[in-house]
Amino acid sequence: MPKKPTKGTLEIKSNLAQMLKGGVIMDVTNADQARIAEKAGAVAVMALERVPADIRAQGGVARMSDPKLIKEIQAAVSIPVMAKVRIGHIVEAQILEALKVDFIDESEVLTPADTRHINKSGFTVPFVCGATNLGEALRRIQEGAAMIRTKGEAGTGDVIEAVRHMRKILGEIASLKKMSEVQLKKYAVQERLDLELLKKVRTAGKLPVVNFAAGGLATPADAAFLMQIGAEGVFVGSGIFKSKNPAKRARAIVLATMYYNDPAKLAEVSEDLEEPMFGIQAHQVETRLQERGKNL
Amino acid sequence: MAKTSKTIGIVAFQGGVIEHKKIVQELGHRVIEVREPKDLSSCEAFIIPGGESTTIGFFIEQTGIGKELIKRAAAGTPIIGTCAGAIVLAKNINSNIIPPHLGLLDITIRRNAYGQQIDSFYADLQIPSLKINNLHAAFIRAPIIEKTGTEVKILARHGKEIVLVQQGKILAATFHAELRADPRLHEYFISLI
Repeated sequence: MPKKPTKGTLEIKSNLAQMLKGGVIMDVTNADQARIAEKAGAVAVMALERVPADIRAQGGVARMSDPKLIKEIQAAVSIPVMAKVRIGHIVEAQILEALKVDFIDESEVLTPADTRHINKSGFTVPFVCGATNLGEALRRIQEGAAMIRTKGEAGTGDVIEAVRHMRKILGEIASLKKMSEVQLKKYAVQERLDLELLKKVRTAGKLPVVNFAAGGLATPADAAFLMQIGAEGVFVGSGIFKSKNPAKRARAIVLATMYYNDPAKLAEVSEDLEEPMFGIQAHQVETRLQERGKNL
Repeated sequence: MAKTSKTIGIVAFQGGVIEHKKIVQELGHRVIEVREPKDLSSCEAFIIPGGESTTIGFFIEQTGIGKELIKRAAAGTPIIGTCAGAIVLAKNINSNIIPPHLGLLDITIRRNAYGQQIDSFYADLQIPSLKINNLHAAFIRAPIIEKTGTEVKILARHGKEIVLVQQGKILAATFHAELRADPRLHEYFISLI
C-alpha cells in the first residue's frame, strides 16, 4: 500500500521539536552571531532584528524581521532557523513560511496584531508558542502549535518568571490526575479546552508536544535550573549576545543544558565567563510581555 | 523477541534519546545513556540518535566518546546512527558546515538534502533483505547518502535515494526509525550483537 509522502502533519511538525530536545535555541540578530551560536553547539537559532532586551529598552512597535536578514542567517548556518511573528499576524506567518523558515515563534515579544492567535493547523511550517499555565499551553496546542515554551519575562535576564511558568504548567499537569471526571469537565469548560485532549494529557502526564523553557535565562546555572525543574530544552534570548563574551557564554550554556544534573561540571563551565547581561528585575518592568495573549 | 537481554548504549547528548530508549526497553533490553567515556564499557551495541549533527558531533569530540566508539567499532561492536547519527558515522559529509564525525562508514552524505522543515515527510519503506515491509519512516530535514564505498550494502531506498546502509556491523538510516515505536529495525540491529 504505497502512500504518498505526508508533509505538514502535526506529527511531522512535532517531530522536529522532538529532535531539538536537550538543546539550546539562541536568539541571533545577524549572520555572524548565527555562526557563533552554531559553533557553540546551538540546536537552532531564532533570527530577529532586535533581541528582547533592546525591544524593551527602545520601545515602539516590534514586528517580524526583514526577510533579507532572515535569508542571510539561513545562508550562514546549517541548523534550523526560527523566526518570530506577532500574535495573530497570519500574513507575517505566510511570509515566513514562504521564506521556508524551519519554525515560527508566535511571540509575545513582538507587539500583538490581533485579539486571537493564528490557526496554526493550516500551515505546513511548525509553530512554537509561549505559555504561562496549562490552559494557555493547551489552547495553543489546539490551534496547532507543535511546541510550547514558557513565556518567562523576555529581555529581563531575570529567570524567576520562566521558573514560575514551568512549575505552574508541570504542576497543573500533575494535578489533573487528582481531578474527578466532573472537575475535569469543569476545568475544560473554564479553560476552553477539548476534553479529549485534556484526558490525553492526564494519562500521559505530559504535554503532547515538547516543552521548553524561555524568557529571562542568562547563565549556565539558569539553563540547568530549568532543566532540573523539567524543561526539555531551553531558549536563550538576550542572555547570550547582551553579555560580554557571547561565544564563551553560549558554549557554557550548551554544556550546562547537557550536564544539568552534574554540579561539578556546572561549576567548571560557569567559571570565568565575564559579565552576564546587566538585566532588570522582572517585577520592575513597565511592560509585562507575558500578559500579551495570555487570556486568548 | 529477545532471547537474552543485551545492554545498549544510547549516545545521549541531545535529540531523540527517549524515543530510542523506549523501543529498546520494550524489546526487553537494558539501556545505558552514554555521556562520558566510562559509560561505554558495559555496552554491547551503540545507538547515535537523531538531533542536530553539529551539536551531537561537538559533544562526541569534546567528551572523548568519539575515540572510544571508533575503538569499539574496530572490535566489532554494532553501531547504528539515525538521521544526525548517520551523519556522525559518515566518512565524508557534504555541507557548508562539517560537524566533527567518526568516519566509520564509507559513505558521502549530504546534510539537509531534501530542503527545510516544510519539506520533511513520512514515507513507507520496503527493506526486502531484512523482510521488513512498510516501515513508516520520518524524514526530518533529512540527509541523503550520495555515494557508497564498495564495502557498503544498500538495504533500502526511497525513490532513487539511498536511505539505509550497512557496512559490517555499522548501520545508518537517513530517516528516524525511532519516532513511531516500530521495533523492527532495532530488532535487526540488536541481532548483530
